[in-house]
Amino acid sequence: MGELKLMKGNEAIAEAAMRCGCDGYFGYPITPQSEIMETLMLAKPWETTGMVVLQAESEVASINMLYGGASCGKKVMTSSSSPGISLMLEGISYLAGAELPCLIVNVVRGGPGLGTIQPSQADYFQTTKGGGHGDYQVIALAPASVQEMNDFVGLGFDLAFKYRIPSLILTDGVIGQMMEKVIVAESKPRWTDAEIKKISGTWATTGKTKDRERHVITSLNLESEKQEIHNHHLQAKYREIEVNEVRFEEFQTKDAEYLYVAYGSSARICQKSVQLARAKGIKVGLLRPITVWPYPTVRLSELANQVKGMLAVEMSAGQMVYDVRLAANGKIPVSHFGRYGGVIPSPDEVLVAMEKFIKEGK
Amino acid sequence: MAAIEIKDIIKKENLVYGKTKILTDNIMHYCPGCSHGVIHKIVAEVIEELGIQEKTIGVSPVGCSVLAYNYLDIDWQQAAHGRAPALATATKRLLPDHYVFTYQGDGDLASIGTAEILHACNRGENITVIFVNNAIYGMTGGQMAPTTLMGMATATSPYGREAALHGYPLKITELIAQLPGVAYVTRQSVQTPAAVRKAKKAIKKGFENQDKKIGTSFIEIVSTCSSGWKLSPVDSNRWMEEHMFKFYPLGDLKDSERNSEEEYKKYIE
Repeated sequence: MGELKLMKGNEAIAEAAMRCGCDGYFGYPITPQSEIMETLMLAKPWETTGMVVLQAESEVASINMLYGGASCGKKVMTSSSSPGISLMLEGISYLAGAELPCLIVNVVRGGPGLGTIQPSQADYFQTTKGGGHGDYQVIALAPASVQEMNDFVGLGFDLAFKYRIPSLILTDGVIGQMMEKVIVAESKPRWTDAEIKKISGTWATTGKTKDRERHVITSLNLESEKQEIHNHHLQAKYREIEVNEVRFEEFQTKDAEYLYVAYGSSARICQKSVQLARAKGIKVGLLRPITVWPYPTVRLSELANQVKGMLAVEMSAGQMVYDVRLAANGKIPVSHFGRYGGVIPSPDEVLVAMEKFIKEGK
Repeated sequence: MAAIEIKDIIKKENLVYGKTKILTDNIMHYCPGCSHGVIHKIVAEVIEELGIQEKTIGVSPVGCSVLAYNYLDIDWQQAAHGRAPALATATKRLLPDHYVFTYQGDGDLASIGTAEILHACNRGENITVIFVNNAIYGMTGGQMAPTTLMGMATATSPYGREAALHGYPLKITELIAQLPGVAYVTRQSVQTPAAVRKAKKAIKKGFENQDKKIGTSFIEIVSTCSSGWKLSPVDSNRWMEEHMFKFYPLGDLKDSERNSEEEYKKYIE
C-alpha cells in the first residue's frame, strides 16, 4: 500500500503522473489547473524518473507535442481547462484518427468564451460527443474525489494503451482545487525501450530498423473507401469499449424510487442530498457515471424499470441529461437540475429540485 | 572492332551514381518541375550517407509534401497543419539520441505554424527544419502564401499582391536567424546541379548539428511551383532566379558552433 498524503486534486494528478511512469508532460498555464505543471516543475522528475516536462507556447502546441510523443510509444499527457481544451480539439481529433494513446486532463471552468475561472461541468458535450471534427470518441473518466484524480492517471494510461485511444480525465475546478487525503500509488519505472517495443512495436515511430517496414503515424487517407474502412475499424473499437469499459457507482439505489444521476463534484453534492432526502423519508438513490464515455446506458435502462423518475444534476444547462433520457427511453420522466456559469449547487437546493420533480413529475 | 554490348557496360565497377535506398520506388505525386522531388532525394541521400536511417524520424506537414512519408523509407509522423515543430520538439526530447527533422512548406511554416516554428527555434530544440519556400499554396491550388512576393498573382491575389490588401511578404528565415536558440540558418535552392550540391551540404550540416546539441538548424530552400506559378519548369527556374532570389537572397544567415546559452550571452550584450 502506498503512502498517505494530503493534497489538492491538481497536485494529485502531477504526483500520480510521476509515479505511474509517465514519460512526458506538455502544458500551458490556465486557471484552475496550473498547479499540475507547477507541481511537476518543482519536483524536477527529469532528474529522477527521466520524465520530460515542458511548458509549451500554447495549448495548440501542447496537444501536438502529445501527438509527437505518443507517436513514439511514450506515455505522454497534457492538462488544461475548458478554453484551452477548445484549442486542443483539432489535435485530439488527429490523435483519435491516428489512434494514439495519451492522457488529457480537463479541469473544467465555466463558459462559454473566457467565461469564469470557477468550476463547471459544461464541457460534457465537448468531451463525449466528439468536440473536434469527424466521428471519434475519447475514453472519459470523471473523478469525484482527489483519490480518484490520483487513480485515474494510471487507469487513463492503461485504457489508452489497451485500445490505442486518447483518454481524458473530465474533472472540474472543485476537484482540482480541493484538498483531501490520498493514498498514492507505489512508483513504477518508465517503460524501457524493450518494453515500448513489446507494447507499441508494431506502430510506434522509434526509427526504422532493417527487420520491419517503416512506421507512419497519420490520420490521412486520400482514398475515401480506405478512410471508410478506417472509420469502420474505429467504430468497432468504440463498440468494444462500450461493452468492456463502462464504470459507474451506485449509492442507495436498491430500494430507490427516485434517482439522481450525477458525475464528478455534482455526484458528491447529490450523495449528501440523498442522505437529506432519506432523513425526510424520500427513497432517493444516486447513480454516478465514472466513465461518461462509455456511458452506463445499460444500467440506467435497467433502473428505469425500477424507479419512478430520474433527475440529472449537472453544473451545466443540461448536457448529460440527454444521455439519461436516451437510457430511460421514455419509460419514466427524466429531468435536469443545474447551476452553471461557475456556480456550485448546494445539497439542499438539489433536494428542493428533487422534491419539485417528484411533485410535478417533470 | 567488336560491338559493345550494353550488358558489358552495366557492371558494378562502372556505376558512378545510383538512387539512394532511402528513397522508395513509389511514384511521386509532385508536378513536373516541382522542387520537392530533388529536395526529397538529397534529404534521403544525407540520411544514407550519415547512416542514420534507423535513428531518423521525419515529421511531414500539411501541404504538397504531406505524403513525404511515401517517398523516404524512414519512420514518419504526419502533423496537423503548421504543428510539425511541436511534434518534433516532443519526439526529440523523448528520444534525444534520434535525428528528428520537420519538412514544411511556406504556408505550413510561415503562416499557420508561425508560433510553433518560432518557439521551437527559440527553445533551441536540437532538430533540423527543412523549409521549402515556393511563395504559394500548392496543394490547395495556388493561393497566396505569407511569402508570396509583392505584385505576384495567385488564386487569392488575382490582381497581384498589394500591401494594403494583403500585407507584406514575410522573411521568416531572417526572423528565425535573430533567435539565440538557432545554431544554423541558411537559404539554399536546387535549380542547378551546383545549387543542389550546396543545398545537400547544408542539409547534411543540419543533421550533423544534432550530434553537437547546439540548437536548431534551419534550412530554407527557395523553390518553384510551376503549376501554381503557371509557368513551365524552365521558366519557373528563371522566374525564381530573377524575382525570388532578389527578395530571398541565398546564403548562410547564421552559422554558429556556440551552444544556445553562449549565444544568449552574446544576444544580451
